[in-house]
Amino acid sequence: MLELYGTPVSSRLLLGTARYPSPAVLAQAVRRSGTKIVTVSLRRETAGGRNGGAFFELIRELGVRVLPNTAGCHSVSEAVLTAKMAREVFSTNWIKLEVIGHHDTLQPDVFGLVEAARILVGEGFEVFPYTTDDLVVAERLLDAGCEVLMPWCAPIGSAMGPQNLSALRAMRAHFPDVPLIVDAGIGRPSHAATVMELGYDAVLLNTAVAGAADPSAMAEAFAKAIEAGHAACHAGMLGPRDMAVPSTPVIGKAVFS
Amino acid sequence: MTLIVNGETLESSAATLSELLLVLEFEGEWLATAVNGELVHREDRRACRLSDGDRIEVLSPMQGG
Repeated sequence: MLELYGTPVSSRLLLGTARYPSPAVLAQAVRRSGTKIVTVSLRRETAGGRNGGAFFELIRELGVRVLPNTAGCHSVSEAVLTAKMAREVFSTNWIKLEVIGHHDTLQPDVFGLVEAARILVGEGFEVFPYTTDDLVVAERLLDAGCEVLMPWCAPIGSAMGPQNLSALRAMRAHFPDVPLIVDAGIGRPSHAATVMELGYDAVLLNTAVAGAADPSAMAEAFAKAIEAGHAACHAGMLGPRDMAVPSTPVIGKAVFS
Repeated sequence: MTLIVNGETLESSAATLSELLLVLEFEGEWLATAVNGELVHREDRRACRLSDGDRIEVLSPMQGG
């Protein structure tokens, strides 16, 4: 079974909680996906407001583990403080660390990411860094104490699917023992199946499910695709060949003329 | 004194962070607080004295990806 920071996780789908049409639809999608981990965030509460409380209760009722993020943080200090505040609220050392470097692509600022990861590991956090598919950055994150890596496969929310399969393949080959979770850019179940076939350990999704016409049906479709890709990877897939190979044996075939 | 709470400037006579939260009707175990960029733990809010110009952040859970 997949283990993340020593915690066994029975589903290889991690699901974001944002952008659903309603809290009820979110709850349905979480249940139907079978996910055991959902990502959550923190925002300013309005004075006298109870916005956060309702969401907090909903997540509690779902009985899943939370992975708080530092979404929207553009500096190391912002990300570190947000992580600490998230730990206060959610009582978990897990943090999905995002340090955003570019407004349009939401590309991680990998320099800030490594620095923030080092600080947070020193503070006892178990860091899930949202990173690129760059191997050197990945090395630095592991040096900083990260035990899980979460490379993007395309920009957040883009639904483009894997844009650089060879980079993802190289990452899997370089870090055979590190749990690798593709985070961001997945649009369709086939994208998720593809990265699972490459040997990735899990997939983190949000918009592809939340933005579907029927989010809970899509959550289930993704869960199946992820399982299928994982099973296929371990079943030993055939490589492609240039020429046709008959699947029906030709030996013993009748000769009629 | 003047305080900046979640980016909004306001006048308050609250002496401590816990007093301020009470006055502004922030309640709930799900809140996290920071003053001038430093986390203030739940149990330290009562002892956290506020000064003119302090920047206070009060955050709560929300949906995220």
